[in-house]
Order: sequence, then C-alpha cells, then structure tokens
Amino acid sequence: MSSNATPSKGAPVKSTGLHVGEPAPGVAKVDPIIVADNVTRTFGGLKAVDVAHLEIPRNAITALIGPNGAGKTTLFNLLTGFDKPDTGTWTFAGTSLAGVPSFKVARLGQVRTFQLTKALGLLTVLDNMKLGAKNQKGENLFRALLPFLWRKQEEEIEAKALDILQRFKLDAKVEDYAASLSGGQRKLLEMARALMSDPTLVMLDEPMAGVNPALTQSLLDHILDLKTQGMTVLFVEHDMHMVRHIADWVVVMAEGRVVAEGPPHDVMKQQAVIDAYLGSHHDQDLGATESENVEAMKELLHDED
Amino acid sequence: MGVDFWQILMNGAVELISPTTAAYALAALGLAIHFGYTGLLNFGQAGFMAIGAYGFAISTLTFQFPVWAAVLVGVGASVVFALILGVPTLRLRADYLSIVTIAAAEILRLIFTTNTFDPVTGSANGLSGYKGSYGDPVTREGAWGFAGLNPFPKGSYGFGPWVMDEYNFFLTIVAWVIVILAALLTWQLMRSPWGRVIKGIREDEDAVRALGKNVYFYKMQSLILGGVFGTLAGMIFILPRAVVPSNYATTLTFFIYTILLLGGAATILGPVVGSIIFWVLLSIVSGFIARAQGAGWLPFLSSVQAGQLRFIIVGVVLMLLVIFRPQGIFGNKKELAFVK
Repeated sequence: MSSNATPSKGAPVKSTGLHVGEPAPGVAKVDPIIVADNVTRTFGGLKAVDVAHLEIPRNAITALIGPNGAGKTTLFNLLTGFDKPDTGTWTFAGTSLAGVPSFKVARLGQVRTFQLTKALGLLTVLDNMKLGAKNQKGENLFRALLPFLWRKQEEEIEAKALDILQRFKLDAKVEDYAASLSGGQRKLLEMARALMSDPTLVMLDEPMAGVNPALTQSLLDHILDLKTQGMTVLFVEHDMHMVRHIADWVVVMAEGRVVAEGPPHDVMKQQAVIDAYLGSHHDQDLGATESENVEAMKELLHDED
Repeated sequence: MGVDFWQILMNGAVELISPTTAAYALAALGLAIHFGYTGLLNFGQAGFMAIGAYGFAISTLTFQFPVWAAVLVGVGASVVFALILGVPTLRLRADYLSIVTIAAAEILRLIFTTNTFDPVTGSANGLSGYKGSYGDPVTREGAWGFAGLNPFPKGSYGFGPWVMDEYNFFLTIVAWVIVILAALLTWQLMRSPWGRVIKGIREDEDAVRALGKNVYFYKMQSLILGGVFGTLAGMIFILPRAVVPSNYATTLTFFIYTILLLGGAATILGPVVGSIIFWVLLSIVSGFIARAQGAGWLPFLSSVQAGQLRFIIVGVVLMLLVIFRPQGIFGNKKELAFVK
C-alpha cells in the first residue's frame, strides 16, 4: 500500500494509494488503523465534534487541520480517552476503544503528546524518558521495595532511553531537570518519551507550536523517521508548510465535522477547505479578525513547497 | 528572680529524642509522601492520627485486644478512611482533596467528641488506661498491653537531660525504630520506578496518564501509605499521654505542615529533622516566654497570653519559611518550589 520513506532533507517520499475510491470525507482506507463512527461531543449547546465516519491509514503520516475551534484537539482527546464522547464508537487496530480510559489506550500502543508541552519539569530528562517505558516491574508498590526484581529491567530501560536521547540530540541533557530545557527541547523530549513505549500510533498535538525555527527541521525529520520505523503518525498542526512537507494524507475539520480528505496537494484546493478557512462568503469584507485564516489560506494556495 | 537558661536548654534537649518528636516526624513523613512526592494536598493528617489514636485505644480498652491486633485495627481503619476520602476526590483536581480531607478530619474529631459515644470514646474527656502494665517487676505476672511488652528491667535509663524510666525508654526506642524503618521504606520507594511514577504525577498527571500509568491507582496507594504513617504516628503520640479529642484539631495538621516545609517537602530526612527542630525550638521558646513572663520581663502579657505567644511565633515562622525558603532545609530548590 505504501512506499516507505527515508528521511532525506527537502523531499520526503510520500506514501500514496492509501484510500479506496474517490477522496471524500469518510473515504475508506486500504489499511486503516483507526476507524471511527458517529463520534459526537457537545459542550453546552456547541457541537465540538460531529464525525460521521473517519479512517486513519496505517504506517502513514496523517495531518488533521482546520481553523481554530474546528474540534481537532477535542477529537484527539476523545480518541485517546482523555475525554468522553456523547455518542460514537471507534476501533484502534481492531480493538474497540469507546469508554476505555486513557492509560489503557496508551498501553495498547496509541500514545499522544499535548498541545501545551507536558515535560515533567522537576524530573530529570532521563527520569522523564524512563517513565515512558511500559510494563515496568518496579512500578508495583511491593516489588519496588525489592530492587533485585527490577534492577536488570531498569538498566535495559536506561540503555534504551540513552539511545533515543542520542537520536534526539538530548544526550547532553540527561541529568538536567526537564524544566531547564527550552520550549523546543521539551517538545523533542515529549516525543522521545512517547517512543519509549514502542507505540504503533503516535498522536502529536501541534508538534511545531512554539518551536524555534532552528529546531523545526530536526523535528520534521524525527516525525518522518517514525514512519520509516513502521509507526503511524496522526498530528494536528497549523503550520501549513509542515503539513504539505510531511503529510501523506490530510483530514480537514471545520465546526466539528470532517469537511475534506485527501493527499495534501489536492485537498487544499477543494472548495470545502477554502470555505472552512475563509467562510463561504470569502469574497466579502472579512474584517481584521479573519486575517490569520487568510494568511493560512494564502499559504495553502500559493506555497510552492 | 532571674531566668534559668540552662534549664530551658535542658528542657529543649529532652524534646530532641522524645516520642512526641518521633510521632510528628512520622506524621510529617506521611505528609511528605502525599504532598511532597505525589502532590496530594492532604489537610486531614490530624484525622489519620486520630484514627490511630482511637483505633488503638478503643481496641485495647473496649475489646481487650493485644497490642498487635490494636495496631492492625488502627491501620485497617485508616486504609478504609483513605479509601473513603480518595474514591470520590482523587479523580478531581488537587484542591478538592484538600477541602474534603480537612472536613473529614473535623468530622472524625467531632464524632470522637460527641457525648453519644461516651462509653466507647470518652467524649471530650478522651481515653486513658490503654498503656498496659509492666506487671510484677520480677515475674512479670499481670503484664499486659504496650507496657507489658517492655523487655527492659524496671529502673532508670539514659544520661544528662535524657533520663527516663523503663516505660519511656522502651517507648522512645520503639518510636524511633518505627521512624527509621518508615524513612528507609520511603527512601527505597522514592528511588524505585514506583517513586518515579509518583513524582511524575506531582508534575503533571495527564502526562503520566498518557504514558499508560493508572494515575488514580497510584494516587490511592500514596494516600493510603502516607495515611498509615500518620496512623502509626497517632499511636506513638498517645503512648506518653492520654487520648484527648481536642488534640486532633486542624492546628495539628498545620504543625505537621510546618515541620514538613521546615525540613523540605520532597525529602526523607526533612520531616525527621524538621520535627526535631520544631519541638526543640518550641520547647525553648515557650520555656523562655513562660519564665520571662514569670520574672516580669513581659509586663504587657498575662501568663495565659504568654502561653499562646509561641503559637503565634510558629505561624510567623511558617509564613517566613514559605516566602524565603520554600524548599526547606534539605530540599533542593530546583526540585521543589512551593509555588511553581
């Protein structure tokens, strides 16, 4: 179904042929990892998420985009068990996840990061990493008292953590408190920590938000690298350049619904997407408050990559 | 009439190793697990101590349980208390736990104070006579309860300011052995992967949840463990004195917080040394104020007012601590700041 990409700077190899039939909202995928049906979530009178059908392709990078308030993060929270939907069912790799608490979702191999980075500030970088490992014997209260039961596993976890930290170029910071890292380094640490659990699906909520441009390329390469290693990536992002650059598939949300789907270069030309960003009356005076969306749309249409 | 400074110092030295100091150290260690390591704002540590005190005393007096069974009853009751507090509140934000714990501790104290249960709790007068008896000095005939377990022959032990009878000597040893064991247990736990999860929860529980840890379960374990420490502290606390319900008011919890913040909230030695400093200083300060007032140095204070002055000083010290040294004596400023 997909050709694997090697992360080379500039032009990553895109996975193609992910879908069955014409790209449209809710289109079936050849090999979906997440299949969601009729997922809704309301806050008071506002329907934040109203997704009739959505499939996320396996071993590909899928971007979830949409204007502010489109329900992207809410959908993320629902899929990861951090929020409970009003209705709906969804499966992850064939397992139904509706009503499953967030920590069990993570144990199944679906890990997430947060829009506002959650580095554990007063733990060292190494402890942050070690916390990410699954099935630790020493995390049981009684076994914790008997170090010989978990020391060997602890050494393995530490070796793995150091290996990943090296790849993320955080190995010089191993003993530092995470609070002393820069914003971009914290994003890297959060992603590295997620990898400690050997996930099958990595969900990144705005991985580029607040990241120094100097670190952007490195972050992009790491995300592309996840696909090379056989993982699936789903991310929310406002940076259209990044979306075009690394996404194999783009899902566009507006007002809680999926309004368009498709490969990045095609989807951004669709009327529904333009309407979502600019409103259907975009030929009229928009006013100053819409200028951000206009900028995003200009990027969509004119960015020559 | 002068002030005998030597006597004031000697009285302070007694507090250095007194069982009461040990009891507060243990209660503060429990609170270190709750607040310092897990980030649980438990304002009901006095309630856990009351459960230890009453659990032990009632089991001994009303049911004639042996010491080990009385201890188990107290510990079991505190586990139940922690579950009752934790099940509804640990899913909520940290501040809800603090409100619920402070209220629950007060409810317990009022239940123990009310006349309705007077035959069992002794209401406002409290309970005494649960310490047991040494029995016959030679044959140990009639020995029972905690005093009956004493392996030391009758007599006087210690030196300098620390001279005590065989009961207090035994109690002091038992109390500090329990404190040392609890400190070692906590130390081992906090350097284990379990402790790593606990500290992660203090930093951001959603992040820990996203890494596949059952945060609710860990918080419950922490609440129970720290609560059991408080309960054992409550038992040590009543062995040199009687059980009086008014001892378990919220001020007790705040004294323990003072000790914890004095020593360092996320440390092992902090609560122990904090308790020693707290009690030695409190003894010296109150001894000095009482004698100074008696000597007429403080003409503007009555003797009753002088007795209260030390608590005003405790409050001021707590405020100064939080403002100027939030990490305590042993704390690493980077690792735990009171205000993040």
